[in-house]
Amino acid sequence: MNGTAQAAPPSPRRPFAARPGRIVAWTILFLGGVVMMTPLLFMFSTSLKTASDVYDLRLIPQTPTLANYIQVLADGRFARWFFNSIFVATVVTLSCLFFDSLVAYTLAKFQFRGRQVVFIAILSTLMIPTEMLVIPWYLMSSQFGWLDTYWGIMFPGLITAFGVFLLKQFFETVPNDFLEAARIDGLNEFTIWWKVALPLVTPALSALAIFTFLGNWTAFFWPLIVTTDQTLYTLPVGLSSFAVEQSIQWEMIMTGAALATVPTLLIFLFFQRYIVRGVMLAGVKG
Amino acid sequence: MAHTNITGSSGVFGRLWGRLSLSSRQVVWAWTFLALPLVFFAVVRFYPTIDAFFLSITDWDLLNPAKFIGLENYHRLFADPVFWQVFRNTFAYLILGTPISIVLSFAIAYYLDRVVFLHGFIRALYFLPYLTTAAAMAWVWRWFYQPPPIGVINSTLSIFGIPAQPFLRSIEQALPAIMTTSIWAHLGFQIIIFLAGLRAIPTSYYEAARVDGLGEGAILTRITIPLLKPTTVFLVVFSSIGFLRIFDQVYNMTSNDPGGPLNSTKPLVLMIYQTAFGSYQMGYAAAQTVVLFVILFTISMAQLWILRNR
Repeated sequence: MNGTAQAAPPSPRRPFAARPGRIVAWTILFLGGVVMMTPLLFMFSTSLKTASDVYDLRLIPQTPTLANYIQVLADGRFARWFFNSIFVATVVTLSCLFFDSLVAYTLAKFQFRGRQVVFIAILSTLMIPTEMLVIPWYLMSSQFGWLDTYWGIMFPGLITAFGVFLLKQFFETVPNDFLEAARIDGLNEFTIWWKVALPLVTPALSALAIFTFLGNWTAFFWPLIVTTDQTLYTLPVGLSSFAVEQSIQWEMIMTGAALATVPTLLIFLFFQRYIVRGVMLAGVKG
Repeated sequence: MAHTNITGSSGVFGRLWGRLSLSSRQVVWAWTFLALPLVFFAVVRFYPTIDAFFLSITDWDLLNPAKFIGLENYHRLFADPVFWQVFRNTFAYLILGTPISIVLSFAIAYYLDRVVFLHGFIRALYFLPYLTTAAAMAWVWRWFYQPPPIGVINSTLSIFGIPAQPFLRSIEQALPAIMTTSIWAHLGFQIIIFLAGLRAIPTSYYEAARVDGLGEGAILTRITIPLLKPTTVFLVVFSSIGFLRIFDQVYNMTSNDPGGPLNSTKPLVLMIYQTAFGSYQMGYAAAQTVVLFVILFTISMAQLWILRNR
């Protein structure tokens, strides 16, 4: 697996005392990891099998074929769902990076009356589960004609309290001297934020980007509600309806599932270090 | 963008701007940056929250105008045996799922932290499922749970001479089967967070403990677990909220009879979905979302209070 070598080194401070213990523990952990991967392995393996080979549960397909992928992609809908998901997740992520960091920076670095009130008001929205908001969102969408539109899928997530909360903690660590120096140089506040403050919090920004993209890529509940037009389905919603259609054609369902899974796995292989760190960062600070 | 107007140095606006003190300019900038986001939060978060409470005391089918009916939706909900079944299911996911996933992820993280050989690779094996799409993997698990000869699990059991299990077709087994899928999907996240927590414990604590002659077990119970408490509290609350809001797995694993068999797997969010977008009883569904909110709020607060005071 590529990139594993550069991953954060394990802490060498508490190695197992005895060698046999170490080997047993390692083996159990490894086997547990293999069990965790079983669903993914079987999904990929079955997606490469012919319909008659599906009941043969050997992991390596006897006559591997890409026919299922060709058939699923020839359908045309999958390509569209794929595009929809990438588009939605990308736009929402960019919007969150921009607005969340602007708000977080303002709350961390500006002195003005009402700052604390604004922060608490934004933070308090985290207590309200989205399930409680979907009915008003749906009514709003149907009133304004947002049902079955990209905007309708995206609008609830364009600015997030989580992102504001996460980034604020990082902006607070940016030294005020840096910002003052930029002010003396005559930069306006927007440029100071964009050119001086933002580059100093890139680890936090990448953590937020990973979380937001992943969250929107896998989002199911709201896209399921707001779309009824198949051409606007995101990949999870499209896959769900596709799977129902296929009923017991498991090799086709596994192919669809594999197509939904491959992008995030590829991203992981390339950015493993950032993703693991990002999850740690967001989880611990957030 | 608004800022280009403000910094423009010509006209009345420019002269006014020039007269402002540095701190007043800061205030103007701050509210300029916050204006659009605050409108967004008002429209997309605050108004809908109030609207949900309001809708919960109305009778509304989207076609006829909403009718104020007081607490009738709540009376109806609490008198509905299906709601109590759903209520039990929702808590069953939580009560089984959270302890199992916390203990499992801690045990794995505890040992994984000391593994040197292929550390990153083994960590990736546990972490990758977290990056999958719940709606996609629910179908893989659904296939795993099929009766023989299709289902992978039943075929494996038969090798060991264990009789086939009905899994998703059984009232008793369906909920634990779905819960297993959910635990599997979130285990990687919890392991990574526990690993981060373990790394944050200063090495000197362990060295001091070893100098004092404490064994591995004593170090675990007297240093590692107490110092990991903030991490554990966070994960318990986070995982509980996740189980109380379970939807994707249930919807996709029981799509021929959502929440079935016989409502035995139906969680509250699925009931909300069906009430609102299956039978378009918006007021009744809104009352259910308020109940969900109260449950989530109460459970999180209770957990924070109990775990912090221990």
